[in-house]
Parts: sequence; structure tokens; C-alpha cells
Amino acid sequence: MNLLFDFVADKETKTIYVTREFAAGIDLVWDAFTKAEILEKWVAPKSLKLSIKEMDFREGGRWLYAMVSGDNILGYSLAEFISINPKNSFTTRNSFADENGNSLNNQFSITTNNFKEEGWKTTVYIEKKFDDLVLLEKMATLGFKEGSAAGYANLDEYFLSITNNK
Amino acid sequence: MRRDIFQAIADPTRRAILVLIAVHAMTPNAIATHFDITRQSISKHLRILSECDLLAQKHDGREIFYALKIDRMKEIDIWLDQFRKMTEQQFQQLDDVLITLKNNKNEPTV
Repeated sequence: MNLLFDFVADKETKTIYVTREFAAGIDLVWDAFTKAEILEKWVAPKSLKLSIKEMDFREGGRWLYAMVSGDNILGYSLAEFISINPKNSFTTRNSFADENGNSLNNQFSITTNNFKEEGWKTTVYIEKKFDDLVLLEKMATLGFKEGSAAGYANLDEYFLSITNNK
Repeated sequence: MRRDIFQAIADPTRRAILVLIAVHAMTPNAIATHFDITRQSISKHLRILSECDLLAQKHDGREIFYALKIDRMKEIDIWLDQFRKMTEQQFQQLDDVLITLKNNKNEPTV
């Protein structure tokens, strides 16, 4: 089965556009993006686990979660639900946080997920707008820090240090 | 040949080489002493890194020193590549979850 995946980054506007088709109807896909028990099954990279501390899916509510490697918590992320149009779209403001959901650096990204059901499949259009691309770098680092590849982690630190020095 | 930068960082040995030469420029022989693999395969990794345009070469007599060549835009590209790959894998995981959910739904509930 060939499902569309499109990823476009616009560096000028610091926005990433992702389009992805899923072989399921809107009800299932919407649940998969908004229900804790399903998010836990797919959001974390293979070697990590997603641990959800809070999930309150309503406008003004928030989702606080951590990536976990073995016994190590690699860091918390917070998504605040700004607007929700059921089975149509929702928008979150995202940041790196402490375990209580306080933003670590006051840098945010805004993500809008749009859902469109067409026949047997549902297409999700994701737009992620970053305050600063440095935040994106941190996200990539966190997602890929798998502990096993020591050299890789060092490389991440190196890149972060040269980025911070500029 | 121009390669996708993700190929450079997809391999643990190449990531380790990048870490080494990020600190200071090194000859292929000096790099090889850090690894338990043949000089030949070090050369192969260096060739791939070079094709990804990540290596700066400095000649000193007969010796060639390799250093990490990287600029701000390239750093961003590396992260974007990682993020693209991560998103792709994440959604492949979701594909599997959706298949399971659909199958469960079709089964009679007890």
C-alpha cells in the first residue's frame, strides 16, 4: 500500500509542512492523534517509550509527556490545546518543559493538524511553525538520543555547543 | 556524486569520525587508530562523508588532513533530515497501530 508522505521545510518562515495519508477513517485517525492510550503506542521512536503524565484534550487543556529510555527520563514536552474543531483540526502550542509543565526556555512552536477523510483514507496536514529553528534542532536531538550510540550523543552536544556560541 | 546528508550520519562509525575530526583535523591513519576496522573501510567512510560535502581537506606535504566542514545552514539541514526521518518512522508506527485498531473493531466484542 502506497501512502503519501510529504515533508517540506520553509526556512524563511521557520515552518515545516507535513502531509501524510493513513489507511483508516477519520474516527480512528482522530482518536490516534488525541487519545493518550493510542498516542503511547506510536509517538516515541522505536528504542524509546512515551510516558504520558497528563492528558486533558479540550481547549485550554494540556498534554504533558516524557520520552523514556530504560529508566531514564530524557525530558518532558508540553502541548497546550489552543483550539479544537472535533474531527476536523486542532492546534497546539508546544515547548520543552519540566515535570510540572513549566516551559524550559520560553521557546514555542505552534502546530496545526488538519484532518480530511477521503474514501477509505484520511489525510493529515500538519503545519509546525517555530519561534526559532534552534528549537527544532533540540527536538531532533532529543528524538534521536538513544543512548547506545555514544559517538552520536557527543556529536549532538558538539553541534549544540557551536549553535549556542553563534 | 552528491549524497543525502542523512547517509552520513546514519552510520555509527561515520558519526564517530565526525566527532573526532570536529575536534581537530586528522590524517586517515590517525583516524584509523581510533577504530577496530581496516584502513580500507575508514577510506570508504571518508569517501562517503566527502560526497556529503562534510569534509575539508588540508594538504601538508604528502599527508592529507581531514576536518569537519560545516556551516549554519548545513546544521539546520542535518536536523531537518533527522526530523523528517523521525516523522516518517513515527507515522509508519501509526500505520501498524491503525491496522490493529481496525482489526479489533471488526472482531465481535465479548
